[in-house]
Amino acid sequence: MERKTKIQAEDGKQELTITREFDLPLALLFRAYVEPEIVEQWMGTKVLKLENKKHGSWQFQTSDAQGNVLLRSGGVIHDFVPDSRIVRTFEMENTPFDVQLEFLDFEKLTDDTCKLTMHVVYKSVAMRDQMLKLPFSQGINMAHNRLQNVVSKLI
Amino acid sequence: MNLRRDVFQAIADPTRRAIILLVASQSMTAGAIAANFDTARPTVSKHLQILTECELLQQQPNGREMYYHINPEKMNEIADFIEAFRKLWDDRFNKLESIMKKYKNS
Repeated sequence: MERKTKIQAEDGKQELTITREFDLPLALLFRAYVEPEIVEQWMGTKVLKLENKKHGSWQFQTSDAQGNVLLRSGGVIHDFVPDSRIVRTFEMENTPFDVQLEFLDFEKLTDDTCKLTMHVVYKSVAMRDQMLKLPFSQGINMAHNRLQNVVSKLI
Repeated sequence: MNLRRDVFQAIADPTRRAIILLVASQSMTAGAIAANFDTARPTVSKHLQILTECELLQQQPNGREMYYHINPEKMNEIADFIEAFRKLWDDRFNKLESIMKKYKNS
């Protein structure tokens, strides 16, 4: 069975929902969010700080192949219930994007399958739409950069 | 920029998505489209106007009737940016899933 990621983004709302079912026991999915060395593997980022508790905070850092820091993101953890729930804020440092609030609900489906529902609330409708478009514009930029790399090798 | 003409805003509305699905299979007149909805005719007209303004639908006269049909080029454009967002998360979660499967026996 195909376990596709679904995005629900209704008209004029400053929120969106991302849902995904996993072929994993619930405990393993939750571990992927909690253990820094695992987070680093699937997020492709360095974990500077990850305090998994109420009133804790987190900070990740992404670098390019040369080790230049591309992006630092972080936030605070508002609620932390093992195998069930994480409520946290997310902010990209030094960007015009405002902080967003994320509700992550982890749900057992069967012994070997589970579901993640990520409800994200933005500052405004415009901000949500901008974030929704971000991967698309980045995709264009990346394609452009790849092209530039190829061209620069030709010269 | 007029937000109303934003393609994304246009397809985020459930009625407008339903109209697109309807017209995708065949060109239709405004009357034929409206007949598929409980919504008042002027409301459907307004939706058609928005969809036409952002070029998701195109109008084509046939005799005295005006037919609406899909603009496939523009449809590809929107499929792309929500799809890009979805794909980013899908790739991320696929990676998570394959990594965690290795932990299954540990």
